[in-house]
Amino acid sequence: MTHDVTLKKLNDRFGAGSFETSQFRDNFRLACPRERIAALLKFLKDDCGFDLLVDVTAVDYSNYPDARDRFGVIYALLSTETGERLFVKVFVNDPDLTLPSVVPLWQGANWLEREVFDMFGIRFDGHPDLRRILLPDEFAAFPLRKDYPLRGRGERHNFPVLSRTES
Amino acid sequence: MAADPLENVFLTRLNTVASWCRKHSLWPMPFATACCGIELMATGASKHDLARFGAEVFRFSPRQCDLMIVAGRVVMKMLPVLQRIWLQMPEPKWCISMGACASSGGVFDTYAVVQGIDRFIPVDIYVPGCPPRPEQLIQGIIDLQARIQKHGTFNGPSLASPAATPLSALPALASSDPGR
Repeated sequence: MTHDVTLKKLNDRFGAGSFETSQFRDNFRLACPRERIAALLKFLKDDCGFDLLVDVTAVDYSNYPDARDRFGVIYALLSTETGERLFVKVFVNDPDLTLPSVVPLWQGANWLEREVFDMFGIRFDGHPDLRRILLPDEFAAFPLRKDYPLRGRGERHNFPVLSRTES
Repeated sequence: MAADPLENVFLTRLNTVASWCRKHSLWPMPFATACCGIELMATGASKHDLARFGAEVFRFSPRQCDLMIVAGRVVMKMLPVLQRIWLQMPEPKWCISMGACASSGGVFDTYAVVQGIDRFIPVDIYVPGCPPRPEQLIQGIIDLQARIQKHGTFNGPSLASPAATPLSALPALASSDPGR
């Protein structure tokens, strides 16, 4: 699968060299500055045929060698017309962990963005219902951040004990 | 021919006969959250046939059950549900912790997984394995039956509390299996 057509369209619209691209086997990546992510994703959907948002996920680059940014958010896109796949990556840093929501573009982003918020604490502006999706509402941390301890901060032990005499 | 009345009468204690009835009609509540639940289903199905031990009537309402079988890992979001179901079950009631995860958290030593349900609810029998085979679960039920027979009372709690019962007073586990 070649990405020439998509790349040409992107260059025409945003100017040549606007985005860093990289490739590993058949995995084609596009790194996007944070200011442009909304315009880029809208263009990819409306004009390049990426009608399906396969996944939204994130990576915490703490302690990662040569990393310049704290979090990377990855959008996996698919064109059901041509079968072309594209991974768009955008970086966010403390203290402003917000990105524009893509729910207006792809309805399926609703729960995906909630999961990224639940696990990493990255907020999505314009999301219709941004609350935790997997963890209980009263959970106080974002457990997939690398500075969160694997065994937690006592959340799994914080329950009343029922004994034979009480129950 | 008149039967001798003494041949048709036997004397026993109420505790004994009540426990004898209860142990042969356990109604399990399947709290199955993971792969142990698959083995639990296999235990109830025809090949292993839990009905042979009087415990085949799986009910999905805690109000109708007296044996909770916790099969699989329990996460912190699920534990309040587990406790609520346990409280909804009528006395007398018993609990089997099936498999490594329910008993100790298993390999899931993470922030979300409860490290053994016995930290928060009473457990009578632990069945080891990952997951245990149906034979192991059946052995656990047989052992529970032995404990019910020995420690059950007509109108008291399910079993005497573990603290009040010295280990030496408990029936030897697997005593019902002559092959061991």
